[in-house]
Amino acid sequence: MTTQSAQTDAAPLNAVLLYALTGLLAFGALMATAFSDDRLFRFHGWIFIAAFVTALSAMTVGLSSGRFRSPQDQYADGVVRAGVIATMFWAIAGLLAGVVIAAQLSWPTIFYFPEAGWLNFGRLRPLHTSGVIFAFGGNALIATSFYVVQRTCRARLAGGAWPWFVFWGYQLFIVLAATGYLAGITQSREYAEPEWYVDLWLTVVWVAYLLVFLGTIWKRKEPHIYVANWFYLAFIVTIALLHVVNNLAMPVGLLNSHSYSLFAGVQDALIQWWYGHNAVGFFLTAGFLAMMYYFVPKRAERPVYSYRLSIVHFWSLIFIYIWAGPHHLHYTALPQWAQTLGMTFSIMLWMPSWGGMINGLMTLSGAWDKLRTDPVLRMMAVSIAFYGMSTFEGPLMSIREVNALSHYTDWTIGHVHSGALGWVGFISFGALYCLVPWLWKKDRLYSNALAEWHFWIATLGIVLYICAMWVSGIMEGLMWREYTPQGFLANSFVETVSAKHIENVIRTLGGLMYLSGALIMSYNLWRTIRMPSQAPVAQAAGPAPALVAAE
Amino acid sequence: MSKRESDEVTGVETTGHEWDGIRELDNPLPRWWLWVFYASIAVAAVYWVLMPSWPGLTGYSKGILGQSDREAVVGELQALTAVRGAQAARLRTASLEEIERDPELQAYAQAVGQSVFGDNCATCHGTGGIGAKGYANLRDDVWLWGGELADIHRTIQVGVRSGGADARFSQMPAFGRDQMLTPAQVDDLTEFVVALSHRPADVAAVRRAAPVYVAQCVACHGVKGLGDQKQGAPNLTDQEWLYGSGRQAIHDQIWNGQGGVMPAWKDRFDPETLKALAVYIHANAGGR
Repeated sequence: MTTQSAQTDAAPLNAVLLYALTGLLAFGALMATAFSDDRLFRFHGWIFIAAFVTALSAMTVGLSSGRFRSPQDQYADGVVRAGVIATMFWAIAGLLAGVVIAAQLSWPTIFYFPEAGWLNFGRLRPLHTSGVIFAFGGNALIATSFYVVQRTCRARLAGGAWPWFVFWGYQLFIVLAATGYLAGITQSREYAEPEWYVDLWLTVVWVAYLLVFLGTIWKRKEPHIYVANWFYLAFIVTIALLHVVNNLAMPVGLLNSHSYSLFAGVQDALIQWWYGHNAVGFFLTAGFLAMMYYFVPKRAERPVYSYRLSIVHFWSLIFIYIWAGPHHLHYTALPQWAQTLGMTFSIMLWMPSWGGMINGLMTLSGAWDKLRTDPVLRMMAVSIAFYGMSTFEGPLMSIREVNALSHYTDWTIGHVHSGALGWVGFISFGALYCLVPWLWKKDRLYSNALAEWHFWIATLGIVLYICAMWVSGIMEGLMWREYTPQGFLANSFVETVSAKHIENVIRTLGGLMYLSGALIMSYNLWRTIRMPSQAPVAQAAGPAPALVAAE
Repeated sequence: MSKRESDEVTGVETTGHEWDGIRELDNPLPRWWLWVFYASIAVAAVYWVLMPSWPGLTGYSKGILGQSDREAVVGELQALTAVRGAQAARLRTASLEEIERDPELQAYAQAVGQSVFGDNCATCHGTGGIGAKGYANLRDDVWLWGGELADIHRTIQVGVRSGGADARFSQMPAFGRDQMLTPAQVDDLTEFVVALSHRPADVAAVRRAAPVYVAQCVACHGVKGLGDQKQGAPNLTDQEWLYGSGRQAIHDQIWNGQGGVMPAWKDRFDPETLKALAVYIHANAGGR
């Protein structure tokens, strides 16, 4: 009888702990909101309360109906499915914000809303950057890492209900960040705008994420740890480190939304770009390389090109990347020796970055013919090509003499977008196109033709976007550095801005095309989910799978 | 599990590992990749020898080229002084009239003025200084506060409605909004102002508005509507309109009495820059 009751236990310990913690958090949020006299703090307090109370209600139902059991012979796929939907949703939101601010730059008198200050460019711009990087990219990484780590370890996610905490906790972080930007709550740190209490919340979520991931690796049934998991782990660990150090701050009060950074002056600038650059390195590079290392060989049905290359480029990448941040501060108050080191480490980073490109593209050898017929594999191949281009352009732009022209111009924006739209976006879309049929047990996508449309519209959009930014960036840089014989600036700033009008319009068009592609994808994936289910597909392939996908 | 096998397509051995159906080939590192990696490390090492780089306990290695951004900037500033020095010194001491009489000095002042104008004034007045709705056109010969060199110089220094004690100040009343006049009177007055600028207007309305104009407007705009630059009251008989020339725009201005703000630039620029700006604007405007 005891054994029987243990097996049917509707409330496992991990879920009960989570339930109790949520209750405590709800109470804490209620108290903090009640006693704060900071209007903005209370606004976020209400969001916290709403989230915790909703979670409590859902968990009450879940615990009493036994939904929190985690059968160890099944993969935890529910949380991955939720992650896939969240990724699609935030992709649309983040891209839409980007199109809106591009339009604001193109037509500043039309897309200007003096009566609605929260729609100003300054508020919407971090909404776009965080929306794309953290909401879209972050959800793509969490969802795929939860999927990949289970499959490549042949073990169910560790922590029972806690993966759900990671998922919903991360969504709460996104909502707090986004509403904060619109309401004007910001600590004005690039890509780290949320205030101290949101940072603390993300830290809790992130530590839970790390523990779930590590716990799953710990109980793996494979002798070795697959390369994708090295990259995921490097991403999770390093982001934790970067996030904590960059956000060290002293709150004005424990019931106040404002805080002051622990750093000042050039040290602060260096910390910010150590963080900012490695957010690119470990969030947008390492994390998505992990995605590539699973989905490309899986989709191409080919072995990874070189095990040795994956080892060498992994370690050289993570060792060198972390030193390259100072290249964001060339010709500033940062000591010149630090600039030199930042630049040289960026140059040394070129080949370690390209190691990933080689391993990704060469994995397609023997499967090149599939690029003709499979838009999903083609999308991933193009994403690797964009990765290669961006990681060549990056070291190039880090050279001080090149940076003297490129810095602060649209060239940088174009560089970021060839990485974000081309690499991060396309590899994630490829993963989503793979995951949806696997997770919802369909034998194919709803429409291959729509995926083709997505591929071509989005690719053309990226090309328009980055070419426009190259032209406007170089033009702008040349205009800025033009002097009269007497040493006066030949062009005023407003002249350089108005000179970019056509390029800004082209960029808006490119962004709009990319957004259209994402909308087509969402429709396609939604219709795929709604298709009648087929027999389980080949994702359970491999010798004697110990686990099956959860129903 | 660790069973090395040969890949059927490439003939390369696998490592024998397998995860969820994914295997790995045991290809060596591509030679070109490895050599370029070594080369980039060598480039970095050479750069460290040449340029300021690694820090130590008491300083940093200066590099054998002896290059320093700090010293380069000092050198560039000295070179700039060599180019500008003589004219800059004369600009400091010369009066506005002296600057305008000396073509060489005037050209220099204009170069200074243009540069400063572009990054400070152009935001409102436009890059060419032609203004926009609510922002005065500085290229024509119509002036609110006077177009003489000294007038312009003073306006730049103290600003308009800038909050300073010596600022230029005028206030067009909001006749409609503040219910100083009835809506019908504002309508009539609009026709009157249209008529002042020699355009066809409703004669009856103009006649009705005449006494209102005398009572309310004459003090600033004058009997004939020619304005008064001492008070910053615009001339209503010309074709230049700060807030628009149409009936609706004129009506809105009588109703709301808008007035813009121009900062007092003497708090921001040194005297010679202010002089240069005045000379630049004066030289590029029509007339006086």
